[in-house]
Amino acid sequence: MKLTTTKRLERLHDRYANGDLSRRTFLTLTAAAAAAAGLDMPWMRQAMAAVEQVRFDGWGGTVQDAIDKYAFQPYTAKTKIKVVQGTFGDEDEIITKIKTAKPGDYQVIHSSGVNYYIKYVNGGLTSEINEANIPNMVNVLQPMIEPFRKLTPKLSAVPYDYGTTGIAYNTKVISPEEAKEKGAALLLDKKYAGKVGGYDDMTTRVWYAALATGQDPNNIKDMDTIWAKVRETRDLAKKFWSSGAELMDLLSKGEIVVTDAWSGRVAALQDQGQPIGYLDPAGSYAWMEDMLILKGSPMAECEELINFMLDPATSIAVAEGQSYPPSLDPTKVKLTEKIEKLPAFDKTGTMKSLTFADPVYWATNEDAWTKQWNRISKGA
Amino acid sequence: MKRRWTLYDPRLAWMLVAPVLLLLIFFLVLPIAVMAAYTFFTFVTAGVETSALTTANWHEFFTDSYYSGFLLKTLRVGAITALLCGVLGYFPAYFIWATTFRHKWLLLLLLIVPFWISFTIRTFSWINILGEQGVINVALIKLGIINDPLPMLYNEGAVILGMLHFLMPYMILNVYVSLEGIDRTLISAARSMGCTSAQAFREVTLPLSLPGLAAGLLLCFVLAAGSYVTPQLLGSGRDALFGNLIYDTIMGELNWPMGATLSIVLFVVLGFFAAVYTRYMGMSQIVKGLGG
Repeated sequence: MKLTTTKRLERLHDRYANGDLSRRTFLTLTAAAAAAAGLDMPWMRQAMAAVEQVRFDGWGGTVQDAIDKYAFQPYTAKTKIKVVQGTFGDEDEIITKIKTAKPGDYQVIHSSGVNYYIKYVNGGLTSEINEANIPNMVNVLQPMIEPFRKLTPKLSAVPYDYGTTGIAYNTKVISPEEAKEKGAALLLDKKYAGKVGGYDDMTTRVWYAALATGQDPNNIKDMDTIWAKVRETRDLAKKFWSSGAELMDLLSKGEIVVTDAWSGRVAALQDQGQPIGYLDPAGSYAWMEDMLILKGSPMAECEELINFMLDPATSIAVAEGQSYPPSLDPTKVKLTEKIEKLPAFDKTGTMKSLTFADPVYWATNEDAWTKQWNRISKGA
Repeated sequence: MKRRWTLYDPRLAWMLVAPVLLLLIFFLVLPIAVMAAYTFFTFVTAGVETSALTTANWHEFFTDSYYSGFLLKTLRVGAITALLCGVLGYFPAYFIWATTFRHKWLLLLLLIVPFWISFTIRTFSWINILGEQGVINVALIKLGIINDPLPMLYNEGAVILGMLHFLMPYMILNVYVSLEGIDRTLISAARSMGCTSAQAFREVTLPLSLPGLAAGLLLCFVLAAGSYVTPQLLGSGRDALFGNLIYDTIMGELNWPMGATLSIVLFVVLGFFAAVYTRYMGMSQIVKGLGG
């Protein structure tokens, strides 16, 4: 529901009358409203009356192409609301931009799940979604929603897809049998020194080091051995990639023969006929992505967009296009055979077969570990 | 009595200068001042800082050798790049100046052509040249000269090569402008007094073109030392420069106070070199070079 200016001023007056606002605050807010009204122009009324576009920022590449083709274009055709798009290679990059922009400049973010959700919450960047405006949320997997709700009972984001960061390898150099036998240890195999890659990201590096040292990534006991393993991978690596496009480029050009990789991007390479294999070793890093609405966004339009994106037909088309399973509950919505064959797909709808990062544990260590990883990646 | 306006009235001068002065204040001085203030803010957690003043960021910078090591490495790479630009750029500049080719403008145009293509794409193009499946390795393997691809990418050499590619036109233009300013009768006079071509070059042309060379060196050094994209695309993590450190601190760690501290450090260090140059050579040569 949208509030009129009159209604807002009436509420403000009520709050003052009830003693919720000091006289000074009330007068300041009223003066600000009066100034705004005095500066009001005819075109401003028109602009405020109708939202003609929604801003979306995502990961670019094949993932965003699929979202654009199967969700945004049909949404624009239906509602006449244009979706203006931007991309980022690393989510911290977009958080920096949001911090320097005014509320409303950035509106919907294709965010990396609960780990990043905390950063938006801490930064005071989140909104409050009216779930009644997104009826298609009933089909979304509850195990995916719960971690968000634990952080903010009133959600600012809706889970949209999930995947894993497993091991991708060049099948011309490494056989599927060898990959299966060595699993995560492939990243530390000296035989492939100078041909190893990896995601330039603290969580992924620490996660795989934990697997290599036999530790639980969500309860690491010995950080020294973790950093030693991280250094070991660094010394064997040719390049740590920083975007999905760079990962695909390095793998397809044969610059690297083994790397940790995003399941959907590998599936896209396989669709192109590239000789790339993929496996999820035990404890492989699972993650989810969500559609996050930022503070200051036109809520009604953003909620309508997300509801449209969660429509089963749209969500399935996007999932097939981007090669990541949707957040739809397979026990409620009939998914396609193609989706059921995607890496990381959980047919039970419980998500118990996947190991997600414990958001609180990782958030607690994030600052110190990111700093240390940045140093190690530069040779320290 | 009210003073009347005159042609060279100082008030008129101030009025004419005012727009530029305001632009400089709002878009240069003020942002730097805000950044300087940020260096004293307190980092709470990724993306969150408070305005509680602290010297912790400066203390960390001055006591942690990681930062000074990076700064020295950046200055070294910047100096190597600038020197290589100077050595390799002087000859094309001299050639363009000395040639009797009627359409000299065409040669100068060729220098500018690379600027028509995006800097990022130009940098990426080196991956297709130096990579394992790049032109050089594929050609050498097909010719039977090597069996395994040469590791030419993702190292310091590739970073310097990428920066040479981007900075060379600045060096050539600076040297060329300097050479154009030389009175050619001086060279004729030297030759008529018995100098060989080489001696005339060494005694007349080279010394008179040194201001342009020095301007080019400063420009290339400052741009190379402040570079971020080239090491990111053509280097490995170990080949990162101070600019990458700033980027990671601000964008990766979301630690703006420390990122601001590192930015101010780089600004002051590079500003110091520019100030030394200005003290002894003046800025006019660089302005001429950049203006063509």
